[in-house]
Amino acid sequence: MSAEATTVDARTGESIYAGGWKSWLTTVDHKRIAVLYGATALIYFVVGGIQALVIRLQLAGPESTLVGADTYNQLFTMHGTTMVFLVLMPLAAAMFNYMIPLMIGARDVAFPRLNAFSFWTFLLGSILLNLSFFFGGAPDAGWFGYANLTSERYSPGMGIDYWMLSLQVLGVASIASAVNFTVTILNMRAPGMTMMRMPLFVWMSLVVQVLILLAFPAITVGLVFLMFDRFFGTHFYIPAAGGTPVLWQHLFWIFGHPEVYILILPSFGIVSDVLPTFSRKPLFGRPFVIFSGIAIGFLGFGVWSHHMFTTGLGPVADTAFAIGTMLIAIPTGVKIFNWIGTLWGGHIRFRTPLLFAVGMVAMFIIGGLSGIMHGSPPVDWQQHDSYFVVAHLHYVFFGGTVLGLFAGVYYWWPKVTGRMLDEGLGKIHFWTSLVGMNLTFFPMHFLGMDGMPRRVYTYAAGTGWADWNLVATIGAFVVGLGTLVFYVAAVKSLRSGEPAPGDPWDGATLEWTMSSPPPEYNFAETPEVHSARPYWLHKYGPTREASTHTMEEGTPPQPDEPPERIHLPSPSWWPLFTAFGFALAAGGALVGLAPVLLGVAILVTGVFLWAFQPLERPGGPVYGPSAASGD
Amino acid sequence: MEHRTSFGVPHRKMAMWVFIASECMFFGSLIATYLAYEGRSLSGPTPEEILNIPLTSVSTFVLLMSSLSMVLALDAVQRDDRLWAKVWTGGVIFLGGLFLAGQVYEFTHFYHEGLTLEANLFGATFFVLTGFHGAHVTVGVVWMTTLLVMMFRGTLGPDRATDVEVAGLYWHFVDVVWIVIFTLVYLIQ
Repeated sequence: MSAEATTVDARTGESIYAGGWKSWLTTVDHKRIAVLYGATALIYFVVGGIQALVIRLQLAGPESTLVGADTYNQLFTMHGTTMVFLVLMPLAAAMFNYMIPLMIGARDVAFPRLNAFSFWTFLLGSILLNLSFFFGGAPDAGWFGYANLTSERYSPGMGIDYWMLSLQVLGVASIASAVNFTVTILNMRAPGMTMMRMPLFVWMSLVVQVLILLAFPAITVGLVFLMFDRFFGTHFYIPAAGGTPVLWQHLFWIFGHPEVYILILPSFGIVSDVLPTFSRKPLFGRPFVIFSGIAIGFLGFGVWSHHMFTTGLGPVADTAFAIGTMLIAIPTGVKIFNWIGTLWGGHIRFRTPLLFAVGMVAMFIIGGLSGIMHGSPPVDWQQHDSYFVVAHLHYVFFGGTVLGLFAGVYYWWPKVTGRMLDEGLGKIHFWTSLVGMNLTFFPMHFLGMDGMPRRVYTYAAGTGWADWNLVATIGAFVVGLGTLVFYVAAVKSLRSGEPAPGDPWDGATLEWTMSSPPPEYNFAETPEVHSARPYWLHKYGPTREASTHTMEEGTPPQPDEPPERIHLPSPSWWPLFTAFGFALAAGGALVGLAPVLLGVAILVTGVFLWAFQPLERPGGPVYGPSAASGD
Repeated sequence: MEHRTSFGVPHRKMAMWVFIASECMFFGSLIATYLAYEGRSLSGPTPEEILNIPLTSVSTFVLLMSSLSMVLALDAVQRDDRLWAKVWTGGVIFLGGLFLAGQVYEFTHFYHEGLTLEANLFGATFFVLTGFHGAHVTVGVVWMTTLLVMMFRGTLGPDRATDVEVAGLYWHFVDVVWIVIFTLVYLIQ
């Protein structure tokens, strides 16, 4: 950056990530908050990964005594809970945070302090969950926490208390950020950035936010009932008093099934933006891909009971939910064909982001197909609670979500860090992940078909399951090794990576019109948009698309310095303060009434201090021409 | 103080609508549970024995009138009518407080009649549902009180009418939820 001379802010010219720990605790910049989310998710990825490896070690041979049944239950519960709530969602949230404002041409998100509150609430909630390992024992009733296994009678320990309280905290963080992103996407688009010109990642993010908004309240209510059952003696899930555990199943899966789409749609968005960039072709059938994403989100709300075919809801309900489930295959198939159509005839560059994106499409097809299989109730009755389902969900979550998110990580890493990732290491990461995941999860299809149940900590020697289990364990370590390669590449890039230009991949969308990393104020000049591929239009004219646009209508790269004065929101302590109060109120419930009341008092105080603190204050970040040169 | 927005709606107003959509699912889940468990209690007291429709009709009327007061408060703020803004905002707080007092009375009375959280499914579903609604009303009363204090300090003029409008959206929503609860829990038993 060369702007020192003309800007009033002395910090210009430093990295946007420079500054002490205080600047991180008080930041309201969506880019820094994104980095916080991403770093947290990548740390928990190691935690959840190690849990998975111990699970696989335990199952490597029959009748293993590596960890007992109790520890095993805690491990698979925490592996699932960690990966869903502390890895995949926050890693996606990191990308929402960083990329949505850049992709729609906005200065920040709609509510910068609420954004910080969401992150701190998420972080404190995740810490509360993991404190269970040290004080009282980790939750051990599965990530789905089925009633009435979670009742006081069958789970007398504190693990379930930690689980239900921290999940409520995490839910509030998710809903707060979903409100924020929904308003940001709908209301903060640059001039000309119509809804249909938004990048696919932004579109899928919008669908995800709507799903979070409508799905999380159901699990919150379910968890509230559980809390009342455990703390206040109600009988919501106690059959002896007339309650039914099926209520929990409904509430959980009304959340849980949309949650699957909350986890996969960000990947769909990433792939839909990565494939065109590396094929040097516009996304094939763009409106169809957008509307298919919306259709998936919509249908995703009507299929929750396909997780409950064995509950005995009756033939009418089973049929209705089976039909809904099969219907989702249509928009999903549309997307897959459009992705293939995008690659078809493209000038493909096999860089790491493309490899991950293509890998995601291929692996997701396998997970999607097995999903359609147990969308049929009779088939599901056979496969339910077997390793076949474990295979299915890992093809979707690892093959779909993780590979897709890594496509995004490799795609946007240069933009976020200002440094390139090593291509060679990236390719090693990809191929070990691909081979490793198939070694791990494909044999689980056979194990499940052969009758191996899920969630068992061991199996007898005579079952014939030992060989495939050993293969799966070896595969898991191959995945672990590949992931390790990524962390090595990440550290190497941050230390000595090749500096990244603003537009390393010849991108089409707005984020590539700015420097890497972007300045704190994002866009020096509000971009004007005339196309879904504004930067390609500027660089190549309408040659890459059949359109009536002219080259002049493209969006040029951002100027080095803002032509006008830019005031940014000032840092604030209150989001962290408020989030702390909230987490204390939740966590305090494990101890007694006093910490709960203290937490509520801090929460209320924080809300008021926050509400009456102006967003932009004197002494806050200012960029642009100095007052001396004529404001 | 609001920047240009794509839909021409202030961010906070849109955020409140989005939040209300989420709240619909929250109360929807609570109400659905109440209905699903209706008549499944293994012991009394039952709704027929204990619910007092005349009393609750009065408190429902009180809450409805608070919404009217809310509309008039917003209108007064927009017209920069400082006196009536305070009067109607005070009216919202008073009527909201009256509703809450009615709820406190009702809860205490039920408790003495033997309806507790532990007593049966009706007690559990009823108290959790109406309790969460009451908590929402309480938040609204605190919010409106804050706005009233701002009005007395003279810091809430027509330029900040959105502050009142957003609070109003919340208030009306909480009111509408009560209409649903009153109908499904009290009137249709």
